[in-house]
Parts: sequence; C-alpha cells; structure tokens
Amino acid sequence: MDFLTLLQISDSSVRLAIPLLLACLAGLYSERAGIFDIGLEGKMLAAAFAAGAFAAVTGNVWVGLLAGIGASLILSAIHGVASITFRGNQLISGVAINMLAAGMTVLIAQRWFQQGGRTPSLTGDGRLNPITLPFADMFESIPLFGPTYKELISGHSVLVYLALALVPLTWWVLYRTRFGLRLRAVGENPASVDTAGVSVVRLRFTAVMICGVLCGVAGAYLATGLQAGFIKDMTAGRGFIALAALIFAKWRPWYALWACLLFGFLQAVAVRFQSIEIAGVVIPVQLMEALPFILTVIILAGFVGRAIPPRAGGEPYIKER
Amino acid sequence: MNTAPAIELRGISKSFGPVQANKDISISVQPGTIHGIIGENGAGKSTLMSILYGFYKADKGDIYIQGHKTLIPDSQAAIAAGIGMVFQHFKLVENFTVLENIILGAEDGPLLRSSLGKARKELASLAKEYELNIDPDALIENLSVGHQQRVEILKALYRQADILILDEPTGVLTPAEADQLFRILDRLRSEGKTIILITHKLREIMEYTDTVSVMRRGEMTATVKTAETSPAGLAELMVGRKVLLRVDKTPAQPGEVILDVQDLRVVDEKGVERVKGISLQVRAGEILGIAGVAGNGQSELLEVLGGYADATGRITINGTELPLSGPGSDGGARRMAGISHVPEDRQREGLIMDFAAWENSVFGYHHDKKYQSGLLMDNKGILAHAADQMQRFDVRPPDPHLAAKNFSGGNQQKIVVAREIERNPDVLLIGQPTRGVDIGAIEFIHQQIVQLRDQGKAILLVSVELEEILSLADRVAVMFDGKIMGERLAETTDEKELGLMMAGVSGGRS
Repeated sequence: MDFLTLLQISDSSVRLAIPLLLACLAGLYSERAGIFDIGLEGKMLAAAFAAGAFAAVTGNVWVGLLAGIGASLILSAIHGVASITFRGNQLISGVAINMLAAGMTVLIAQRWFQQGGRTPSLTGDGRLNPITLPFADMFESIPLFGPTYKELISGHSVLVYLALALVPLTWWVLYRTRFGLRLRAVGENPASVDTAGVSVVRLRFTAVMICGVLCGVAGAYLATGLQAGFIKDMTAGRGFIALAALIFAKWRPWYALWACLLFGFLQAVAVRFQSIEIAGVVIPVQLMEALPFILTVIILAGFVGRAIPPRAGGEPYIKER
Repeated sequence: MNTAPAIELRGISKSFGPVQANKDISISVQPGTIHGIIGENGAGKSTLMSILYGFYKADKGDIYIQGHKTLIPDSQAAIAAGIGMVFQHFKLVENFTVLENIILGAEDGPLLRSSLGKARKELASLAKEYELNIDPDALIENLSVGHQQRVEILKALYRQADILILDEPTGVLTPAEADQLFRILDRLRSEGKTIILITHKLREIMEYTDTVSVMRRGEMTATVKTAETSPAGLAELMVGRKVLLRVDKTPAQPGEVILDVQDLRVVDEKGVERVKGISLQVRAGEILGIAGVAGNGQSELLEVLGGYADATGRITINGTELPLSGPGSDGGARRMAGISHVPEDRQREGLIMDFAAWENSVFGYHHDKKYQSGLLMDNKGILAHAADQMQRFDVRPPDPHLAAKNFSGGNQQKIVVAREIERNPDVLLIGQPTRGVDIGAIEFIHQQIVQLRDQGKAILLVSVELEEILSLADRVAVMFDGKIMGERLAETTDEKELGLMMAGVSGGRS
C-alpha cells in the first residue's frame, strides 16, 4: 500500500466519520442530560431529506441546511414533549421517530419529485463544496507534508471543519461552563438540580434541542456533502453506529472523536477494498461491508470495559410523592 | 421571645388526590432554636417541609419568614428566602466533586472557573466557622454517608441559609456519625441559625431540641417545650393512645439448641472476607440479638442463613446439617428446613412492591399444597387467607388488593412479618425489624416476636438500633469486622459496654 492510498483512505475515513461524529455529539448532549435518544437515525434521515429537497428546489445548499435542521428539530420537539413533558418511555418515542422518518421521507419525496422516493440530484450551489485551504498548492511539493495537507487536511466542506471544531467546544461547554455542569448533573441526578432551584424541564429541553440541531447538520451533510441528494434510507444505520460510538466513548467528547474516526475508517476500508485477498482466500465484499457492524457488536459486548451511562438516563423525572 | 419567629406557617393544607396530607397546619419556629417535628411515617412531616422548601405547592395557607409573608412557588424562592434543606435521600450528584455539588445552581456566572475558586475559599471559611471539614475535591461516591450529609449542610450554608431543615437525618448514620451531626447542629444553633429537625426517634427529640411539634395524620396535634415533656407523653401524642416504649416480656426459658453455626466464613464477590469464622447458637425459646454498626458482616450472616449467599463452615438446625453452597442451599430449601426470614431490606428482598398484598402474603410459600387447586393457584383461597392475616396483624388499610408499595413502611413490614411468622418456623431470622417503621407498628411487631419466642422458637435478631437489641433480645452478640466480639446477657449489659464492643474494643472494657 503506497502513501497516496493511505492518504486517500484517511481522507475518506474523515468524510465518513463526520456524520457519525455529528450524530454522536448530538446524542452526547441529549444523553448527558438523561434523555436517551435512539431516534438519532430518524432525525438524520428526516434532515437529509429536507436538506436534499430544499437544496434541490432552491438551488441553495444553505437553505437546505436550514431545512434539515428544522426537520430534525421538529422530531426532537416530539421526542422532548413525549419523554420530558409527558414522561413517556424514551425508547418507544425514539423508535416511533425512526419509523416515522423512514416512512415519511420516502412518501413525501415520491409525491413531491416522483423519482422513486429520492430527491433530484444536486449540482453546483446545491451541494456543499470543498474548501481549499490556503497554500494547498504551494505546499504540494514538500514531501509527505505537502500531499497530506492537500489531500487530508484541505479540501473538505465547511461542515467537516465545523464538526471537528465541535469536539473541543463540546468538551469546553461540558466541563468549563455552568450550563455543562447543570447538564451533567441533570443526567446523573435530576433531583439535585431541582432542589438547587434549577428547572429540570428547561435544561432537558435545551439538551434535546441541541441534539436536534446537530442531527440536522449531520443529515444535511449526508445529502448535500457526502452525496448529491437524498435517497431512501440513506442514513443506513449511521444513527445507531453513532450510538455505539457514544457508548464506546463513554459519553465523552474526545473519545467520541476517536470512536467515530475508527468507525469511519472501517467504512472507508470497506468501500475501498471491495475484495481483499489474504493468504489466497478472497474475503467477500459483503463481509467487508458488515465489518463496522460486527465490530460494533464486539465492542459493545464488553471490549470497552464498563461504560457507565449517565445514571438518570432513560428515566423520566418525577418528583417523589 | 422578642423577635419575629424565623418561620411561621398559618393554616397550611395540602391534598394529594383524596389523601389530605396536611390539614390546616399552623406552627411558629423561634430563631436560634432547634425545633423538632415528630410524627409517625405518613403523618405529613415531609410534605409540610417540602411545601416550605417549594418542592410542593400548598393548597391553602401562608408562609411568613422572619415576620414577612413570603411566597414559595419553587425551591429557588425557598433558597432566596434563606431556607436550606437536607433531604432524607441526599440530592447529590455522586460522580461530581464536593465543590461541584456545592456550586450547582448557585454558580457566579456562565463560566465555572470563578465560581469554583470562590466556593473553595468560602468552603474553607465555613469549615473553620462550623468545624465542617471536608476535602473539596473528593468525589461524593467516595465519601461516607456522614460526610455526604455534611456536604448537604455545606450546600445550604453556601447558599446563606439561616433556616436549615433536616429530614430524618440520622436514619442512615452510625451512632458515632449521628453524635457528630448533633454537635454540628449545636454549633449552628449557637451561631444563630434556626434548625428544624424532622424525626421519628424520640431520643433525638428529647436530647437535642428546644421545642417540639407533634404531627398525627396530617394534623399538628401539639407544640411543646421539650423540657416540659417526656418520651411517653410524646409517643402518646404521636400515636393517639398510650404506647409501651419498653417491650413487655417475661424472662426467657431457653430450651435445647435449635440453630448451631460453627466457624462460618463468607467471602464476597470482590474476594473480601466479610464474615471471619463466627460461631453461635440459638436455643428454643430465646432471642439472640446481633448488634453492630451496619456493614460489619451482619447482613452477610443473614444472607447465608436465609439461603442467598454461599459460605463455608457448618450450620445445623435441630441436628441436621444444611448445605452452604450448591443444590439445597437456596432460600426455598432453607424455608423447607424450617427457617423463616424477615429480610433487612423489605422493599428489595421481602416484597415485590408492584404486586398486591395478597400475592405478597404467600411468596416463598406459594408452592405449598394448601395454596394450590389442581394445576392452578387457589387464588380465592389465598385472597381469603391474606384478608384474614391482614386483620389479625392489624395491617392498615386491610385491603389485600392494594399493591405493596401503597402501604406505609410499618404496614409493609407487618405483611412480611405475618407471612414469615404464620409459617410456624423453627427458626426466625429477622433483620432490622423496625427500620422505617412507626412507633405504633414497632410495638406490635415486637409483641409478635416475643410471642413467637414464648412458643419455643429460636429467633435471631439483627438490628443496628442498640435500643431495640437491648429491649428485645435475651442474649446479645456484638459483631465487628466480621467477627463476634463477645456475648452478653441483655439484662446484665448496657449501651456503653456494647457500644465499645461495636467499636472493636474486645470484651467491651477499655
């Protein structure tokens, strides 16, 4: 394997890791506040559709992005009302959101565009275009660093850089701000927040809404950055892999980055090497594609050691009678 | 008194659905005093204090703080009015540091750095002022229960509370920790703070409070100067009738050895030896009390005898050896062998909280022939049996269809005790029989245990309440660090001697 191949795999690892990372951070905010969210998948899917549709209609990717965030926020609001206001079961609400998104996106896409449940292909300003960082061409002649800078560091869309910047930002918010302290507290012991005179409901809604925005960005990136338009079930389990990454990361932002890069790398390898021959045996492409999921199972089956979720996670807060 | 009362409640009423938890309650608390509020479980003490702390909203009534009428719609308003509360179940974030818990909700600004710095300084001065030393960087989960409670008190003081409410503060403390707590409260009082102490323990009221209010069934029945009352008088006010504080029993007539334990050792799942080779015997017609601070191996002893932990050693009952691990060592086999068990934690081990009383009344014995009707359970029969049992054991309300969780602690315990006693066992294991149980029910449960003894049964009683051990047991063994420090006859020993043995002083004489 030469250096360029390595660079290209790294590059596509990053690209593929970005939606995972955004969704994983989305889940992090929500779950740290004690609201489990298995509806990441559905929210991303709805956002991907809305972004694809609105970008196609307006020809403006930013309108698409906003539409994606809006669609995801609507589903987040449903999850919030069901699980915070009405103290419903968070898993059931999440499942409902996933099913709703899976069905509605295709249905609306078909009625709207009549292209078999997809949105029209995006071109030009309808897509997220890569940004070429300064000096990319100038550095190219420098061995190792030059190509690395040009291929791997430069040339991504703005959402990629945004997602990466969100990692330190999330860390800072979580551990250095009042909001972060309260957010972590409400996920561990909401009664402690309540008796300290802070509204549990408001905090949890804020967290769920942040989750909605990030899922929206993740979905929009899928439809306008990674691919050119929405297709049926285009999230392909990414929301669930992001959840796995979140557990793998033990609900911590920096670990989340590494976990998502790992999963991104596996997907990149699967895409790149459709069939690998090892010791005369050809490993079928299906196995390669299944690898991220197999690894997810192995990792979650205890490879991570004990991952302790936020203690109040999944439980609606009810003042004791 | 020359100043306005620190707190005055006028005509507070609060209902939860059809249940009226507080009925037209008025109370006035003088500044700089420790004011006790005593009453049985379910008398409405906690509800009243939750209203004062803005956790619940009163249906009717007014609150006056330092003479000013104050509205307290939420906890934030209560904190602003200078009220701090230490709940029975602490409201701390376990994996946060002391400092983080203290600033939570009382931060200076959107960033933590300055808040943490200020809190660290403030904490140091509070520690000096009130002798409340604590490591600000320790994680809550690594602190003892007594220290966690200290953090709760510091939390209130950090918010500049002048009025401190403590709800059953000693329920989870060792005797030494409780003494320490009361030294702190004394100190706070001398610094001019007002303290409201909610408890159902008469001893604490008598020893530490200036004034005491008694609540019964949602009503405030009396407020008196502590010095002008007596434990018996208070108990009567609480229960509404005369109560025996001492257990009424005749001297034991011990027969032959029923339960014989030799060199019992228990290793827990972390590999720590919790019971280190203890031997004891319980005879027919006697109560052996195991005293000790919680966590010295008593629970493990009960678990082994009750059949849900493995051990090595030798246990015989009426001369028959019981297996200590593997087949035949489970709870069902123990029950077949004639051992009944009232577990320490009735809510986790004694009852299924969501199941109805009648179902709970046969658990462990539901395979008995008399509860079967062909292939099915004889539900009608069980129901009738439960209804009858609830009558005889005075379970209130006597409704067998009610789920276990809807009974008060005392009545839950009566359901368990009834089930285990009715089985007519040779040996009764009973752990913390009156933990969280009100005075009226304590008296009843104690009578039942003594009656069983007088029928010639062997009874092993484990309790962390020394008073209970001394009044109920005929013989007392003290456990410390997995070993038995010594045995005494209940008549010839006292709290002081046992207390020393509980602290690990061999033989109880220093």
